[in-house]
Amino acid sequence: MYDLGKIIPGLIVFVGLVSFPIWYNGGNAGDIPKPEKPVNAKECVAATQYMRTTHMQMLNIWRDDVVREDGARKGATVSGTEYQRSLQNGCMKCHTSKKKFCDACHVYTAVTPYCWDCHIAPQETN
Amino acid sequence: MDAKRRDFLKIAGLSALAGLTAPSAMHLLVQGPVVANASSTPAHGEAAAGGHEEAPATGVRMGMVIDVKKFGENKELAQQCVAACHSTHNVPDYGNAKDEIKWIWTEDFTHAFTDQSHYKRNTALHELPIMTLCNHCDNPPCVRACPTQATFKDKKTGAVLMDFHRCIGCRFCMAACPYGARSFNWRDPRGKDANGQPFIKNLNPEFPTRTRGVVEKCNFCAERLAVGKQPACVEACGDTGAMVFGDLNDPSSAISKVLAENFTIQRSAALGTKPSLFYII
Repeated sequence: MYDLGKIIPGLIVFVGLVSFPIWYNGGNAGDIPKPEKPVNAKECVAATQYMRTTHMQMLNIWRDDVVREDGARKGATVSGTEYQRSLQNGCMKCHTSKKKFCDACHVYTAVTPYCWDCHIAPQETN
Repeated sequence: MDAKRRDFLKIAGLSALAGLTAPSAMHLLVQGPVVANASSTPAHGEAAAGGHEEAPATGVRMGMVIDVKKFGENKELAQQCVAACHSTHNVPDYGNAKDEIKWIWTEDFTHAFTDQSHYKRNTALHELPIMTLCNHCDNPPCVRACPTQATFKDKKTGAVLMDFHRCIGCRFCMAACPYGARSFNWRDPRGKDANGQPFIKNLNPEFPTRTRGVVEKCNFCAERLAVGKQPACVEACGDTGAMVFGDLNDPSSAISKVLAENFTIQRSAALGTKPSLFYII
């Protein structure tokens, strides 16, 4: 191979630069986000694990069902508590802080859902 | 083989032609010639007139009767209706006519009823505020124009609704609507004017806002109807009877009675959009 002396060091430098975030943080993924749970409510509309992984699909189903399909605007939890199938008027009635709940994970995972471009987040109380 | 390339191509071409046209030819022979008809309504002339006499009495079709005289008697009523609607739905006020967003607004008679003759009309008529909002047409041109089905006819109420999530801001619906009932957000509704005043004065936390680049219009208060309330403008009119709201397809509803007893007109009924709004002049 020609220019072995340039290619190999070049590759080493490249890999080093690309993997910089990993070795700079020593393999540490940072503090795991702890979204604040509501104090006044004991249960959510679905199991925690389901909500963690699938809340976005669920919100899309609610949206299409309520807005387009004349679906029920109200749902009930396993223990029979009624709730509004709505982000703004449902979820956020218990999860009263967008900053402490939604943003906690969304910032960590660097996702920027556009819910709040239109929907009004509850007033933050600090 | 004696077959020449020329003969082979001729036969192949004829076979292809026959194969392509035979099904549609058979279809024509069996069913008779198809008449091009965009509307599903069989009575073509009647539908085009969009008049009062025809009623496709299937399902619920919410409509409204607006008594223009009542708005003439109480000059403040019109503005109360506008304020009630616009504060309920977080409608921004951009402060200039070019960017104006309107769900419900007042128009003068000449501009509201462009298909009517205005020659030698009584002068009092021209001073009356005509409340105008989306006509919630039974044959809505905006729904046909929308490429994303962001605007659609609600199955439960017959109202023409918008799914703001889907609107891509192409404004085809605005071009299609003959009533100017749709407005486009050229600016960010959540923004502030030059004096630092927000475009939405009082934010209703129960209803979303829109974003820049989205079309909006009256939704016949779908969110209020769903919880058994009357539309905000009808509620603002109270018991004046200036606005009557109800099911046009229900012969025993209050609106059907008002329509049966009064002479009413619709805006540009001849276009065949079948508006669900009626005016007592």
